Amino acid sequence: MKYVSEFRDPPAARRLVATIESLMSRRPKTLQGAPLKIMEVCGGHTHAIFKFGLETLLPETIELVHGPGCPVCVLPVGRVDDAISIATSEGVIFCTYGDALRVPGSRTSLAGAKAEGADVRTVYSPTDALALARANPSRRVVFFGLGFETTAPSTALTLLQAEREGVSNFFVFSNHVTIIPALRALLDAEDLQVDGFIGPGHVSMVIGVEPYHFIAEHYRRPFVVSGFEPLDVLQSIAMVVAQHVEGRAVVENQYSRLVSTQGNSAAQTAIHEVFKPRAHFEWRGLGSIAESGLELQPRFARFDAEQAFRVPALSVADPKACQCGEVLKGQLRPYECKVFGTACTPETPIGSCMVSSEGACAAYYSYGRLTSLRRASGLKVHP
Amino acid sequence: MTAPARPVLAEHNAAQVALARIEAKRHKKRRVQDDVVQAAHGGGGRAMRDLIEDLILPAFDHAVAEDDQARFALSDMAALGGQLAFTTDTYVVTPLTFPGGDIGSMAVHGTINDLAVGGAKPLYLSCGLILEEGLPIDLLRTILTSMGRAAREAGVRIVTGDTKVVARGKADKLFINTAGVGVIPTGLHMSARSLEPGDVLLTNGTLGDHGAAILIARGELELASPVMSDSAPLHELVQALVQAVPVRAMRDLTRGGLAATVNEWAHSANLGLCIDEPSVPVRSEVQGVCELLGLDPLHLANEGKLLAAVPKAHAQAALHAMRRHPLGENAAVVGEVTSAHPGVVTIQTGFGTDRVLDMLVGEPLPRIC
Repeated sequence: MKYVSEFRDPPAARRLVATIESLMSRRPKTLQGAPLKIMEVCGGHTHAIFKFGLETLLPETIELVHGPGCPVCVLPVGRVDDAISIATSEGVIFCTYGDALRVPGSRTSLAGAKAEGADVRTVYSPTDALALARANPSRRVVFFGLGFETTAPSTALTLLQAEREGVSNFFVFSNHVTIIPALRALLDAEDLQVDGFIGPGHVSMVIGVEPYHFIAEHYRRPFVVSGFEPLDVLQSIAMVVAQHVEGRAVVENQYSRLVSTQGNSAAQTAIHEVFKPRAHFEWRGLGSIAESGLELQPRFARFDAEQAFRVPALSVADPKACQCGEVLKGQLRPYECKVFGTACTPETPIGSCMVSSEGACAAYYSYGRLTSLRRASGLKVHP
Repeated sequence: MTAPARPVLAEHNAAQVALARIEAKRHKKRRVQDDVVQAAHGGGGRAMRDLIEDLILPAFDHAVAEDDQARFALSDMAALGGQLAFTTDTYVVTPLTFPGGDIGSMAVHGTINDLAVGGAKPLYLSCGLILEEGLPIDLLRTILTSMGRAAREAGVRIVTGDTKVVARGKADKLFINTAGVGVIPTGLHMSARSLEPGDVLLTNGTLGDHGAAILIARGELELASPVMSDSAPLHELVQALVQAVPVRAMRDLTRGGLAATVNEWAHSANLGLCIDEPSVPVRSEVQGVCELLGLDPLHLANEGKLLAAVPKAHAQAALHAMRRHPLGENAAVVGEVTSAHPGVVTIQTGFGTDRVLDMLVGEPLPRIC
């Protein structure tokens, strides 16, 4: 396929792997054999890494840490409970992206609520939900707003359209989150074990490259904005490793074919017009992070599901057995979690990292069990 | 005093004529006058008889039994082979018609394929209809006509059936159940338990076409793509294959796609199965839809594709046999059976890496971003 196959070319991948190996051999002798931990922030990268088996191509000293960039994985139990509470209210059509259906709340999931009679529908964009609102004037249609800066603009533009049209039965339950406060919180965590980052390509299309500079300047970690094809990911890893061996820490843009330095100003304007930062937002596994979530501006209060419905709004602790937090911070590999593959599986997820195919645990379970089998049995990861 | 003979006779004759007129009217074939299905069409009365006589019997060439069961001579069946094959499946697809087919032709093809992949020659089908009040009669007529045509073209007969109407909101327009009967030639036995390390896995063509076509036809994606369902009857292709080579196991790749079948086989045989990703034929349009939605074509449904396992020595002959049939011209060897990782399916990527190929949990759901 044009525009895809070029970025999946095996000989080019082999050349990039050779570059990475050569760079790694230039590390100081004291560091040879020590792990170099690189976090891919975005769940899309996690998915690509597992789907194409990229981890097994890399030198064993490069450890990929699967970060908090899957919006489904970071959704806390309490917010899922709130969503279910809205979905089960009288006369509601509750619209959600598909991969949020199975995220466990404290009692059930949206899929469970649907089976019990709630009118929960899978949509592909917020405009689908707005169309449902127009078509069902006697019902209240609620859109489950999820995602980082990648999806926030489309929610914002839909709300602007609803406002223009004067649609009175459309609501948004906003759980949109922003990447920069989350990265800052991660970097401030004393137990973070990450030497460099592959930055989220889709988010960066909206926010640009500049907001990441503090990571290089203040925290001295290399940061490379990366695309999602296998060659993008390998090249980004090579760029992080090159910075590492050269003792540099700067922000670089591997995904320049789609990401500009300034980002997409129209999308940024839409976000700012419709949303404002919440004082705090809770992340599954990472706890409460200041100014990391987006709520509707007062002008859009009449569309705000949190004001139109009585939601429990309780903070519910993550299940005790769940170690999603340690996984997201790179302290544990998914298969090192106490419940991975036993109590927690894609069929019966306990933590949300096991729900979405972008989640580190689900990716390991579905795609990467060979790697964990090989590691557990002391075999080389490389086939 | 007795009545005059002539008037009595006249009255009697008039009554006879009137009764005959009533009976003639009662038995006269009437066209269904309604635009949409109504409760009465399943009520067992005249409306239902009209529906059967006007829509169902003509569509199925009046082959459906008027008695409560179809009857066959055992001797005719025994002449075809030693085992009777019997299967059933229910079809609930949305939308009812889609590029490349509709629920009616799909119900025929699906049940034929369930019989065919066991090696059976499909003979007879039943047709159970569950109609939702309000279903347009014209749409029902179109689907039944398509169903009858699919059966004729495949050389099978729809010989018995049933019709129920449920209240509006209690079903999604139309559900069809088809059961099928066929005969397996003596000596033919295919099962996943017969798989052996070294066997090769073949498919008869591109994967994921039906699943992608349905996703697009639902109109929720605002995608325009020329993807057509691959719905087709595979029994002739199967006969060509089993006559050419010994086949260890065969399965049609419906819901869950290739991934579901290979995982079931790996589990049943307690062997490893390895798929070679670059060898799996996938149309670029289907690949494109999958890339957009974050889906895997190996998880998407097919309605005209099968997976066959044959001993390695017969791989080329099997390919040749399939490619000579129009439904097998894109046939390919897509993997092999191994003794490594019993019960686990692995996939070899184009990068020389391998990973697990698992079944999908639930239905394929597009990712957020």
